[in-house]
Amino acid sequence: MKDFNYHSAKDSKEASKLASSSSAFLAGGMTTIPSMKLGLATYKDLIDIKNIKKLSGIKVSGKSVTIGAATKHVEVSNSKDVKKAIPSLSSLAEGIGDPQVRNRGTIGGSIANNDPSADYPSACIALNATIHTNERKIEATKFFKGMFETALKKGELIEAIEFQIPEKSSYQKHPNPASRYAIVGVYVAKHKGDVNVAVTGAKSCVYNDKEMSKALSGNFSSSSIDGMDLDSSEMNSDMHASAEFRASLVVTQAKKAVDAC
Amino acid sequence: MGKISLEVNGRKVEKEASDNTLLSTFLREHLQLTGTHIGCDTSQCGACVVHVDGNSLKSCTALAADVNGSKVTTIEGLETNGKMHPMQEAFKKLHGLQCGFCTPGMVMSAVDLLQKNKKPSDTEIRDWLEGNICRCTGYQNIVAAVKEAATKM
Repeated sequence: MKDFNYHSAKDSKEASKLASSSSAFLAGGMTTIPSMKLGLATYKDLIDIKNIKKLSGIKVSGKSVTIGAATKHVEVSNSKDVKKAIPSLSSLAEGIGDPQVRNRGTIGGSIANNDPSADYPSACIALNATIHTNERKIEATKFFKGMFETALKKGELIEAIEFQIPEKSSYQKHPNPASRYAIVGVYVAKHKGDVNVAVTGAKSCVYNDKEMSKALSGNFSSSSIDGMDLDSSEMNSDMHASAEFRASLVVTQAKKAVDAC
Repeated sequence: MGKISLEVNGRKVEKEASDNTLLSTFLREHLQLTGTHIGCDTSQCGACVVHVDGNSLKSCTALAADVNGSKVTTIEGLETNGKMHPMQEAFKKLHGLQCGFCTPGMVMSAVDLLQKNKKPSDTEIRDWLEGNICRCTGYQNIVAAVKEAATKM
């Protein structure tokens, strides 16, 4: 791994002051460090943000659950408050990677990376999340821009993610048996008035399946999406699953999620 | 370069290391604690698992700088007065290893499991060892060893 300068920031202000065009923020490092080791990314400065106290912790208010960006997956999966308010979010966190990843990886890191097969981006879309940064608030639907691409500007730091508590919800992942990344993951959330069907792993970026959302908003039953023939032309195709198989899996996982709600 | 201060296996250590030093490199090359193995070096195999402040992590995927000030336990830190840890005993007794390369990470991961779940089921053991890969044993005896150790710890 090429050399760089390591900095540990005390607060968001210091972190963004240290940021430049050749720097990266370091939280759990579960993607940043392997990418640097493989030479896929090089930075002059790594700015460690996990010692910024304000960025960790979980708060539940009447309508929402707010999770600090540097909160680890294990903290989300073990949190009694999250389990009570949004049980599907806690079980999503419990299914990420392996215990060592969950002991280090953070929610902010996951969504800032926006891996097309990551779990948390689907939670953000399904649960109408608002991403709080040190500069502004961004709606989840405007945050995830494309493969590994987000609305974040250079030096902009995610501080917290605010999830809307749904009436019912479930996340159903068909994991790759080796990496535990989602070959397809579907997060169904029924809110007052509408239903979101957030899909990860199927395309180059997480998305809300409008067709299924509409059908389920009309009748929240797995029979209303049974046999739906989704367009597979934009779906990923690789050694693990063809585009056609993914299109079929999206419906299967969505049905499972509705039945589990 | 920066100063890395850690408490490793109960002993305070302080060494200069460049900022890009991985914890695995720091343990193996700066402290000569070669019990922590590097298998894949891409965070998949788990041979490099150690405990940092009581939780297991893959030391090939953490910077030494980024755990500065922590308490680290490696496989060398498990024995007491020359006596093996119950987990090590169980792996030996039940043939939970063949070539032994993955064993340090397996043992450290399994010890972390029993710290958090005193009586894990077979499924819970297998789920927990998701991040540890063994190419020899087929895992049967590893699971049996963890169950045996659970009765002794």
